[in-house]
Amino acid sequence: MTTVPLRIVRETDRGVRIPLAATVPTVESEAQLRALLASLSGVDAVGAEARAARLATRSIKKSTKLAAINLAISMVDLTTLEGADTPGRVSSLCTKAMRPDPRDASVPHAAAVCVYPDLVAHARAVLADSPVKVASVATAFPSGRASLHVKLLDVTEAVAAGADEIDMVIDRGAFLSGRIGQVFDEIVAVREVCGAAHLKVILETGELVTYDNVRRASWIAMLGGADFIKTSTGKAAVSATGSTALVMLEAVRDFAEQTGRVVGVKVAGGIRTTKDAIRYLVLVNETVGATWLSPDYFRFGASSLLNDLLMQRLKQHRGAYVRPDEFSGD
Amino acid sequence: MSDRRLDVRKTYKLLINGAFPRSESGRSYEVASAKGAFLGNVALGSRKDVRDAVVAARAAQTKWWGATAYNRGQVLYRLAEMAESRRDELAEHVTLAEGVSAKSAQVVVSRAIDRVVWYAGWTDKIAQVMGGTNPVAGPFFNFSVPVASGVVAVIVDQNSSLGGFVDAVLAPVCAGNTVVVLASERRPIPAVLLGEMTATSDFPPGVINIITGRTSELAPVLAAHEDVDGLDLTGAPEEANELALLAAGSIKRVLRPDGRDLDASLRRLRAFIETSTVWHTIGQ
Amino acid sequence: MRTFAPTNSVETDMTDRQLANSELGFLEYDPAPESASIAQLRPNYGLFVDGVFTDPGSHEQFTSINPANEEIVATVAQASAQDVDRAVTAARRAYDKVWSKTTGAERAKYLFRIARLIQERARELAVVETLDNGKPIRESRDVDVPLAAAHFFYYAGWADKLEHAGFGADPRSLGVAGQIIPWNFPLLMAAWKLAPALAAGNTCVLKPAETTPLSALILAEILQQAELPPGVVNIVTGDGSTGSALVDNPGVDKIAFTGSTEVGRSLQQRVATSQKRLTLELGGKGANIVFDDAPIDEVIEGIIDGIFFNQGHVCCAGSRLLVQETIADEVLRRLVRRVEQLRVGDPLDKNTDVGAINSAAQLARIRELSDVGEREGATRYTSSCALPVKGYWFAPTIFADVAQSHRIARDEIFGPVLSVLTFRTPEEAVAKANNTNYGLACGVWSEKGSRTLWVAQRLRAGVIWANTYNRFDPTSPFGGMRESGFGREGGRHGLEAYLNV
Repeated sequence: MTTVPLRIVRETDRGVRIPLAATVPTVESEAQLRALLASLSGVDAVGAEARAARLATRSIKKSTKLAAINLAISMVDLTTLEGADTPGRVSSLCTKAMRPDPRDASVPHAAAVCVYPDLVAHARAVLADSPVKVASVATAFPSGRASLHVKLLDVTEAVAAGADEIDMVIDRGAFLSGRIGQVFDEIVAVREVCGAAHLKVILETGELVTYDNVRRASWIAMLGGADFIKTSTGKAAVSATGSTALVMLEAVRDFAEQTGRVVGVKVAGGIRTTKDAIRYLVLVNETVGATWLSPDYFRFGASSLLNDLLMQRLKQHRGAYVRPDEFSGD
Repeated sequence: MSDRRLDVRKTYKLLINGAFPRSESGRSYEVASAKGAFLGNVALGSRKDVRDAVVAARAAQTKWWGATAYNRGQVLYRLAEMAESRRDELAEHVTLAEGVSAKSAQVVVSRAIDRVVWYAGWTDKIAQVMGGTNPVAGPFFNFSVPVASGVVAVIVDQNSSLGGFVDAVLAPVCAGNTVVVLASERRPIPAVLLGEMTATSDFPPGVINIITGRTSELAPVLAAHEDVDGLDLTGAPEEANELALLAAGSIKRVLRPDGRDLDASLRRLRAFIETSTVWHTIGQ
Repeated sequence: MRTFAPTNSVETDMTDRQLANSELGFLEYDPAPESASIAQLRPNYGLFVDGVFTDPGSHEQFTSINPANEEIVATVAQASAQDVDRAVTAARRAYDKVWSKTTGAERAKYLFRIARLIQERARELAVVETLDNGKPIRESRDVDVPLAAAHFFYYAGWADKLEHAGFGADPRSLGVAGQIIPWNFPLLMAAWKLAPALAAGNTCVLKPAETTPLSALILAEILQQAELPPGVVNIVTGDGSTGSALVDNPGVDKIAFTGSTEVGRSLQQRVATSQKRLTLELGGKGANIVFDDAPIDEVIEGIIDGIFFNQGHVCCAGSRLLVQETIADEVLRRLVRRVEQLRVGDPLDKNTDVGAINSAAQLARIRELSDVGEREGATRYTSSCALPVKGYWFAPTIFADVAQSHRIARDEIFGPVLSVLTFRTPEEAVAKANNTNYGLACGVWSEKGSRTLWVAQRLRAGVIWANTYNRFDPTSPFGGMRESGFGREGGRHGLEAYLNV
């Protein structure tokens, strides 16, 4: 594995140093992967949670708040993942994603619309040439309990239907029983059938439980070719938390410094308010910094968050709190 | 001609680092019984003897503190066994030193030996009585452990030749300290005898060091010695202010006589015990 | 095994960047200052003696300034020896006539009241503390004030349970306690002193530090609101001469002091010729030991908390970093990056991490010792943060390549300056950590429990933090060994200092 030589010069001491020449190490055996994961530092849960909690007390006001709200809007993967989803529902979501506030052209569009594979084609059609991406969950989302063959077919169909981004789930059962080679192989296999589509790897951190597991799973995903690592499906009892996001951000930072490859982070599940979103942006800002403060490398998987961001944005402009009915309920 | 046998007398020496040297100065002083009879030429310890004793005590402290509390208790109990087997000799010298009756001396010795046993039983209770866990408001396991102060200088009671010695010396020692003891100036011999017994009681060398000599000469050296952590002034009530002042130079813990009986008291035990509190995170 | 061959799309993005370096702080936070007007301070304060404030005009006055901008915050009274004597007399009278006859259960209720009143006025106290001391509002709001309230709440519960505290069946109070506190945690140190003393049944004369008297005077108002009987607590402001008068006053039964080892030593000497009881909480040069299996991200935060919390004005600061040689470069690299991120500036800004140095004198000392560090040959890294023009400021600084013999490895700097040393084995780490006359606090970082406990057992320190640093709690005894002082504050152990046992 390439390491970065130590040099301490004032300017380059700041921020995350991403070498241009380094490469992602090739994983050739499960033993090698195991050794690599074993070399990762552990996470002390108390310290990680204290750090996240302290950053959550940052007070973001005025122009910073407005900038953060705009940034957050542009990072939203507007999501609907219900059994009751219909083409109509997806259509209105796509419309919302393209123009979150139809009266104000300065409001950025959302990053993507996130749907089940069978609705990808419909979303693609509605979004047409819009810069809003179509993201699709796949690989037997959310449990991932299907054969690799079925999972790959799921991905292949979504890509064929026009998905720009695939949100796959890892096999938590395999991970928790120590079959990390299988977890890795699945990610690599999905990566291959994704083709040009970006791959987001959902760790389902609520089922991995420990931060050490989150860090190791993050590395497996990154080594396997993930463009993003994503906290949760939104379907488990515990979804994204500040401290989990912190540990994943530390993982992408370390990975970028060691390999030169920048992997994004997507937090999903339970993120409903502007306050929540800004807390995540502060975490990004103070853990990994400017490169990641972009929809290319940070996303929110959410549905109701967008309206709260729009309300808070309008409040910043108007100086008074606004009604929820100012915005469409999509 | 009588066939009465001439007895073999003992030279009363210092106890430093498990050995029994004469004073490096070569000096000695006459010790008499309470009734004025010559008892012997006892080593007159010097500043350098004090220095050597502190070095020995410091070197021994890590090992003594590192021994298990169970082991320290056994060593102390062994001292009681040794004392019991030589109780008549101790009693004889208590009588000589203090001028009490033979019967009273037996009582003094019995009490002293029983007190040694009492301290032997304390070694593995101190942590439970004085330590514990603290319910801090956060995800931490937090516990306080009593820890020996280190090297304690003890100026023992000038009058109580045996009982005073046992309490003042064994309280810090059972808590894991090592000691440099200034024996009673006029009545040192029972202490010297007890010192000899420590040498056959599995005490590691240097745990108990005993200096005989002039309190007025040696106490200030101990009080000012910066590698001494604690000072028991029981045997120097009149010089207590002056010695406490010297002790302040290195922020020593000082136990001062205040008229209350300290023997077999928790206060005496606590005097040379520190509390070390450890926090450890609790998390998955 | 399959292999992932990275596509080049991401790399292409990166090569477009001239600087392949992700700057932290893209989101520059707008100022988020707490309002100074919340403090509601009076322009002048008298002394708090026998339940009332004396007329400020009847004393010589001195000013307490805001170290962040050198503006006057308020004017306070300089207590003379006579003033101190009046305070001690009031405390004695209150002890004899009222407090020693007040049951533990009643004393407890007063302390509970005080705890609640501190909570009610928490925001005001936090602002006052930050104005007077220069510490970040985040710390006064989240640490100092809540812990002060918690301390009263904890000791309140002891007042009627002293016989269960392990000091015998009927432990008695000492009488009048003279308490001298430092400027680094003004309100919290007042709480650490007053709460156990009052719970144990003593009356008090408290002398706040010269540069930070104000929160104690707000506390005096709180004591009035709590209707604490007059004279039970008296607060005399002033400089060192006021403290001396308190120490020498024959009516005082006990002296409790928190401050420098130098002053503590002289206090012990002065008290040596009296029967006064004494407890001392003095300086330190805490070692923060990092093993190569430690959780690295939390280690970095712990080191930062250990030395830059409260501008390093912490007696238990982890001012000596002992890091295992195998990871020394990596730790230093991450540390330097992290130091660059610290937000230094307006203490009232809720996003400030490091505030102002408390006084010009302290700043001079920090500068002097840092200069010595450079001259001794240590490698200096100082944050490039911009410092305000007015006020007393010192940028967070790390010295690498420090040797045991350097002064910056031995002297307490009491500022935001970290000395980094290395070790090879656990034994060497312990030996280096203990190679000091101090013995207050240490940190140990490792994921290996057995080694952590092995090290903890051997460290000569009153407080040992494992995988954390600078944590405080009213239930947890705090205090030093050797020249860091004697006596404990906090927990059951903290009662001993105020009981005749």
